[in-house]
Amino acid sequence: MLKGGLAVGLLILGVVVAVAIGLGAAEIDLVTVGKAIFSYDAADIEQVIIRTVRLPRVVAGVIIGAGLAAAGAVMQGLTGNPLASPGLLGINAGAAFAVVLGVYLLGAPPLPVYGLLAMVGAAVAGITVYALASLGRGGASPAKLTLAGVIFSLFLSALTTSLLVMDQNTFDQIRFWTVGSLAARAWPMVITLGPFVAAGLAGAMLLSRQITTLSLGQDIARGLGQDTTRVRALSAAAVILMVGGSVAIAGPVGFVGLIVPHVVRAICGLDYRWIIPYAAVAGAILVTAADTVGRVVQRPQEVPIGVMLALVGAPFFVYLTRYKIR
Amino acid sequence: MNGIEANDLSLAYDGDMVINQLSATVRMGDITTLVGPNGCGKSTLLKGMARLLRPRGGVVLLDGHSIHTMPTRQLARQLGILSQSPTAPEGLTVYELVSQGRFPHQGFFRQWTAEDEEKTREAIAATNIVHLADRPLDTLSGGQRQRAWIAMTIAQDTSILLLDEPTTHLDIGHQLEVMELIERLNRQRKMTILLVLHDLNQAARYSKRLIVLDRGQIVADGAPGEVLTEQMVARVFRVKASILVDPESAAPYCLPYATIGGDNPSRL
Amino acid sequence: MMKQDEFPRPAWLALRTPHARVSFRLDRRLPLVVAALLLALLLALVISVSYGEFRIGYLDVMKAVVGIDTGDSRNALVVQNFRLPRILLALLIGVALAVSGAVIQGITRNDLADPGLLGINAGAGVLVVGYLTLAAVPDTRLLPWLALAGGLGAALLIYLMTWKGGSSTLRLVLLGVGVSAFGAALINYFITQLEVDSAQRAFVWLTGSVYGSTWADVRLLGVWAALLIPPTVLMARHLNVLGLGDDAAASLGLRVEVVRLVLIAISAALAAVTVTVAGTIAFAGLVAPHIARRLVGPAHEGLLLVSALVGGLLLVVADLAARAVIAPEELPIGVTIALIGGPFFAWLLYKRGR
Repeated sequence: MLKGGLAVGLLILGVVVAVAIGLGAAEIDLVTVGKAIFSYDAADIEQVIIRTVRLPRVVAGVIIGAGLAAAGAVMQGLTGNPLASPGLLGINAGAAFAVVLGVYLLGAPPLPVYGLLAMVGAAVAGITVYALASLGRGGASPAKLTLAGVIFSLFLSALTTSLLVMDQNTFDQIRFWTVGSLAARAWPMVITLGPFVAAGLAGAMLLSRQITTLSLGQDIARGLGQDTTRVRALSAAAVILMVGGSVAIAGPVGFVGLIVPHVVRAICGLDYRWIIPYAAVAGAILVTAADTVGRVVQRPQEVPIGVMLALVGAPFFVYLTRYKIR
Repeated sequence: MNGIEANDLSLAYDGDMVINQLSATVRMGDITTLVGPNGCGKSTLLKGMARLLRPRGGVVLLDGHSIHTMPTRQLARQLGILSQSPTAPEGLTVYELVSQGRFPHQGFFRQWTAEDEEKTREAIAATNIVHLADRPLDTLSGGQRQRAWIAMTIAQDTSILLLDEPTTHLDIGHQLEVMELIERLNRQRKMTILLVLHDLNQAARYSKRLIVLDRGQIVADGAPGEVLTEQMVARVFRVKASILVDPESAAPYCLPYATIGGDNPSRL
Repeated sequence: MMKQDEFPRPAWLALRTPHARVSFRLDRRLPLVVAALLLALLLALVISVSYGEFRIGYLDVMKAVVGIDTGDSRNALVVQNFRLPRILLALLIGVALAVSGAVIQGITRNDLADPGLLGINAGAGVLVVGYLTLAAVPDTRLLPWLALAGGLGAALLIYLMTWKGGSSTLRLVLLGVGVSAFGAALINYFITQLEVDSAQRAFVWLTGSVYGSTWADVRLLGVWAALLIPPTVLMARHLNVLGLGDDAAASLGLRVEVVRLVLIAISAALAAVTVTVAGTIAFAGLVAPHIARRLVGPAHEGLLLVSALVGGLLLVVADLAARAVIAPEELPIGVTIALIGGPFFAWLLYKRGR
């Protein structure tokens, strides 16, 4: 039954993607979309738009939606906390700091460079937070992970802010990235950064059975023979890849990782072998739909994805905190 | 003063009606214990009588006055309750904890009178933890901590004390300590005590009166000798037991040996 | 009959008037700790006032503050018009935030609570920056009131959301982080809509800065602090009792809901007023009570006072750092306090082996 649900999900995703490709500042009909993908004619301007502008953007949306949602599910299993989000490992703060530092030093780099800087910053921050949380007895326990993440994020934010306050050019550049957006995301970025997310997602799927065991509690997992230290480290690595790659593509985007896993868990129960793929599909649908709405609701301007997700996310978040918290 | 009366009391917990139109009177000067199987509502009833739960129906009277309309402070000067597993901030010392018991007697400008000091010391002495007075609570053993909490309720200087499972999680030595303290409070200070206990034998040995609850209703009420019978244990707890007589206290002593409706290998 | 000398000395001093009409008690460690902190504060103030592009000797500082002629008329000008207002404002902000933080930590029985982490900053920020973006011709006189309204509104929201059964460390922190994230997303959006100069100024305000503070600001915060802090101190016992849990508190005669609402309102008001004069400053309300607790223990009679002094000291030092680190330019105080506070706080936590 769950397999059927997943197939339905993928079908919905397909529809949403097709609509997303068709809609935008200029509406393009589905026939042309089909032609653009399967029998490309470079002379047709509409097909060119689809291939070079819409398609990469929509693909990027699918990738980050899947990555962030799956990462959120893993984080919640890892920390045992329903309010855990991917940004908790300091990843978003690390990416932001790296990007700001890079822009400060390099002037006005092209978008793909943002991506690389973000990826590096995310990875370094995530590893640092994990290492900090592993100090002392108990290893990287949920409480310590959260605390280390929060403190490290605040600290990095302070550093980032210092740079932004000191230099107006940097500030001007960065503010459009910080809000989280899929605008102008083209193939070079998607092709270089997408694989990181995909790798993280694959890793998460492979680990899904172990994560299910781990989510039952540290002691129970150990009692069942699991090497919890290794599973936690590998899971964290998968999260860093998925979130790092996503932030690299679109900037810091919140709420997806927080909310989607909850919705999904209501459908699939507690088995991460289902939660992770369902989350990936649901996340992809959410982000693609939100981005499409953001593109059409204020034509020809755009509402960035970061804002759209916050608007959808907030009421949901309130619901979560009132009814789902221990 | 008349005792605490529950009149047609109905209490719900998380939407489920746990106590339904229950009436009972706790007489002054007695140690009365509520017993019953898990989920029978004894803790709920205790909380209801201490005004920690708002009743869905009925009323609780203290000396004839409804506790629900009484000012909070006034009630606190007459009735104290100690819940299960109480928590205190890290680093709080025994002295500091016990002194909190004086709260209902204090005001904005009378924050620490000589009487407050005296009562606090008395309470600490009464519970035999003088040597622990300036130790932080979290460095004490379970039994010592429990005594400190009881000392706090003593400092509160009420005539009625409600205790929710004060001996659960304690070893037998500490359990006895606590029960003996409770008995002393009743005997020497004439405190009326209403307890919830799991251990039927403890209840029988120390109480003047037992009230047995099952699924929110009173199924037995009276002296331990009358109430603690093989039939009652079988009916309420689904356990076959022998009722002996405790040679020391002459109280009934329940010795369970099989569950009803299940196999017990040693008796096959 | 109990022998008085058997009893260990209580950890507090009792102060009583002759007919026991008025009585208070104070932790025994308190006088020493307070004296030490006041001394440190005095030192920090003198050093801070003397520091700057225009150096003033320490003796001259003290003279200029009091109004004695120092021979160089510039001293009085610099001290009175530029340095003293902002330094005193930093001090008051530290005091207000520390008390606010101590109260929130007491109410939520959770020592990771902080007025900034609880969304007050996010609420104030959203209203202020939102107004700047959406209003055709923004009236800057409205900004402090918007900050106040936004801060208090967010605090109320969080209060309602947290209040459902007990509180847990993780839940509270994550709740605050979540609400702050929502606020941040909106704020980021508004920042992209503003023209770059306004955007950066709004950004600096958001980070928290005492640059250009005036005596009017000092008076505003001073009055509010003077109104709000004394009642808080009088309610120290209530905070103590609340710390025992809702049930225990109620059974001791505390009207839990009323007291909690009053305390949260005071705490939110204190934090919100600091946002009004200096933008959103995080961390001070979190770290100061922690340090205070290490010094004098969790009883609120002493905790509130010592938190206030520690907070004041922290902010004065942070202000000095803000002016010194990239001199002759300035960092916002919100940044320096996070830079100082962050590692320090991490160290505090790890020392506790949490």
